Amino acid sequence: MIGNLDLVTLQHIWWVLCSVVGSLFLFLTFVQGGQTILWQVSKNEVEKSLIINSLGRKWELTFTTLVLFGGALFAAFPKFYATSFGGAYWVWILILFTFIIQAVSYEFRKKPNNFLGAGTYEFFLLINGSVGLLLIGAAVGTFFTGSNFTLNDYNFVTWSHPLRGLEAAFSLFNLSLGLFLVFNARVLGSLYLINNIDFKPVPELEYRLRRACFSNFTWSLPFLLYILVSLLLMSGFGLDENGLVAMVKRKYLANLIGQPWILLILLTGVVLVVLGVLRCTKNMKSSGIWFAGPGTVLVGLAIFFTAGFNNTPFYPSKVDLQSSLTIFNASSSHYTLTVMTYVALTIPFVLAYISYVWYAMDKKKLGTEELGSDAY
Amino acid sequence: MIDNIDLNMVNWARAQFAMTAMYHWIFVPLTLGLSWLCAFYEAIYVKTGNDEWKRLSQFWMKLFGINFAIGVATGIILEFEFGTNWSNYSWMVGDIFGAPLAIEGIVAFFLEATFFAVMFFGWERVSKRFHLFSTFMVALGSNLSALWILVANAWMQYPVGMAFNPDTARFEMQNILEVISSPVAISKFTHATSSSFIVGSLFVLSISSWYLLRNRHVRMAQRSIVVAAVFGLLSSLLAGFTGDESAFENANHQPMKLAAYEGLYNGESGAGLVAAGIVNTSKKVGDDQDPFHFEVRIPGLLSLLANRSPGSFVPGINDLVYGNEQENIMGVDEKIEKGKIAVSSLDTYKLAKKAGNIKEAESALATFKEHQNYLGYGFLESPEEAVPPVAISFYSFHIMVILGSLFPLVCLAYLFFIHKNTLSKQVWLLLPGVSLFFLSLIASQAGWVVAEVGRQPWAIQGLLPVTVARSNLTSGTIQTTFYMFVFLFTILLIAEIRIMLKQISIGPKES
Repeated sequence: MIGNLDLVTLQHIWWVLCSVVGSLFLFLTFVQGGQTILWQVSKNEVEKSLIINSLGRKWELTFTTLVLFGGALFAAFPKFYATSFGGAYWVWILILFTFIIQAVSYEFRKKPNNFLGAGTYEFFLLINGSVGLLLIGAAVGTFFTGSNFTLNDYNFVTWSHPLRGLEAAFSLFNLSLGLFLVFNARVLGSLYLINNIDFKPVPELEYRLRRACFSNFTWSLPFLLYILVSLLLMSGFGLDENGLVAMVKRKYLANLIGQPWILLILLTGVVLVVLGVLRCTKNMKSSGIWFAGPGTVLVGLAIFFTAGFNNTPFYPSKVDLQSSLTIFNASSSHYTLTVMTYVALTIPFVLAYISYVWYAMDKKKLGTEELGSDAY
Repeated sequence: MIDNIDLNMVNWARAQFAMTAMYHWIFVPLTLGLSWLCAFYEAIYVKTGNDEWKRLSQFWMKLFGINFAIGVATGIILEFEFGTNWSNYSWMVGDIFGAPLAIEGIVAFFLEATFFAVMFFGWERVSKRFHLFSTFMVALGSNLSALWILVANAWMQYPVGMAFNPDTARFEMQNILEVISSPVAISKFTHATSSSFIVGSLFVLSISSWYLLRNRHVRMAQRSIVVAAVFGLLSSLLAGFTGDESAFENANHQPMKLAAYEGLYNGESGAGLVAAGIVNTSKKVGDDQDPFHFEVRIPGLLSLLANRSPGSFVPGINDLVYGNEQENIMGVDEKIEKGKIAVSSLDTYKLAKKAGNIKEAESALATFKEHQNYLGYGFLESPEEAVPPVAISFYSFHIMVILGSLFPLVCLAYLFFIHKNTLSKQVWLLLPGVSLFFLSLIASQAGWVVAEVGRQPWAIQGLLPVTVARSNLTSGTIQTTFYMFVFLFTILLIAEIRIMLKQISIGPKES
């Protein structure tokens, strides 16, 4: 059945699937947000441990989603994987570095004789939540601002900037996207913690988290506005009917007007995030994460769709426009995309068991009685 | 295709990949083996309702968790290193190689990540049975992840189910079932997992031996040993069987690797197996020196292992490099010649197509198709380049086999004395027994050295040498990240060992 779909349809399906995984990752960055907000809201060891244990039951999901995002892009758009990882070397290496130090920190932080001390592992978590996310944002920003690579006839990449990808962090647009991700993650982190922790023994922590939610949301707004306005005004990369890439004025505005459903997704997403924050700060409810989380997913989808659909190269090259990657020239073969689409049919099943376990494990809120010797 | 090859850079990229993979493989086999043992211990608890089994499960799970975290940390870099260090490879074979990696993420990693939280924090939050189910899911997830990454690795050693597309200049998948069910994939998965089960079992034996020597947690140690020694024994038998199968597959698909790890330069009928030996490192391919300073040979056994027939011919390095007409083996020099034609006709095809010269393009394409099976050889400079490092391959293989033969005997000895109820008195067994885990890790690492060093210079056997698979980076850049990762991983390893030792010295909770 899937084998009968034409290549272009499969390429679109896989851009949607990769976007979904990437956007779910953005939702799950509440873990990274929590890791940085830890320093702002916890005033004693009990509060700190509550936060880390609450996040510690979820960090692997975020981590795994990031790994799957990489794997899905490799399988579906191998030219992107080869070009970006082999080309923008330093930005990816540094991102990976921050995730390596995250992966041991929950397990090692409180264990006796842990060599580096709890403070170091908490600092690792801070680095992952700040530098790691900032660089991911900067890397995603290059989907719109372009990168410095050329591909030869055999599709082998040459990167022409000595910073090998780190230069992305010096563009105002990319940097704003990175900072928006950091602050939005902090909003999500506070919302998740408010939903997950039993605050009876620590009522002040709840108060501080609600305040942090609002202040971080406020901090995220100028960056979000800057990104949205820039997107509407900037020139973008467009693919013409001859398959040639050229700079097009107001390309991304045209994408949104040409595909109003993406605009609808974007606006719904923003509204949901705002609703989540309002539920938390105005209505004093604990369910804000279930609004702002899906809202973030929708905003993420709108960003990825704007970057990849409507004949837009999703990984454009500034130095050689014709080297730019589109979902058409970067994808796997028809056969591989077909096979992978069959595999993707298992995703709803995976989501179902994750949801069930999440529900079963979080029915009862996390209390101080669970901070015994087996805790993180 | 590739103009300048900076061998120094390629070697740093190799070194970095080897270093990160070897660090990762300190933790992976323990995860693969210990996850099942945790599940078995917990199953006994659920079945018997005896709390001692619960405390015992929780103790091994705690050590499992410490090991798991650093396994995850060292694993993420590997997935992305295919892109960072081997960018050309990622493009040329991404259509095939990317799929198992993505499938690993979808079907395996999420099982591990989701149920890991239940395994550690769910004791009071979910039912006993669901908890046990979760522990099994962690074990299943870990081993499924091994399946997919080993399918990917096996495909590099024996590329099947694909074809080269000259228009995109890449290999494209044609049949995923061939990729998954290739005999190399099956023997690789079964051998890597069964040998990892041994590592998990011997980890339990090592620590339990220490408790018995110190006269601590005696009952728990004995109970742990019973299950682990049975699992270790069965796994050893499976590892022996699948190891034999792996050697047979090497003989069929990577004869150069087999010749290298056996130190066989001149092929022979009824070839003997070198049981042990000291390699003459000044020996070069094609010269008259003896390959060994000293060796113990078992007549006829290599032919039997390689071809399942004692009198059969096993080609040596010289036969494979210089050819052997009598045995109908084409030499590397001839393959290089054909490979160079493939590379240049591909270049001509590309240029002619770009210029719109259809006739020339068609003729170049026909020439390419005739020679495409030797494409990888076109990038080699000399026939000797096709020979992997012999001494490293030889020693690694023999260390693996010798240690691997020891493990089932050790497991049997533990079971025998447990049965006699005198294990605590067998200091001669328990004292060296403490080191079993390290010996199993050495055997496991040595196995990977055989597999990966033995297939050099190929990223994809016969089709793509590592010199072409590389990324366009300077050697300085890779050196920097090499030291960055060595430093970080070493720090994390020290932390892990200290935490682990502390937890072992604290020991399981007693009632």
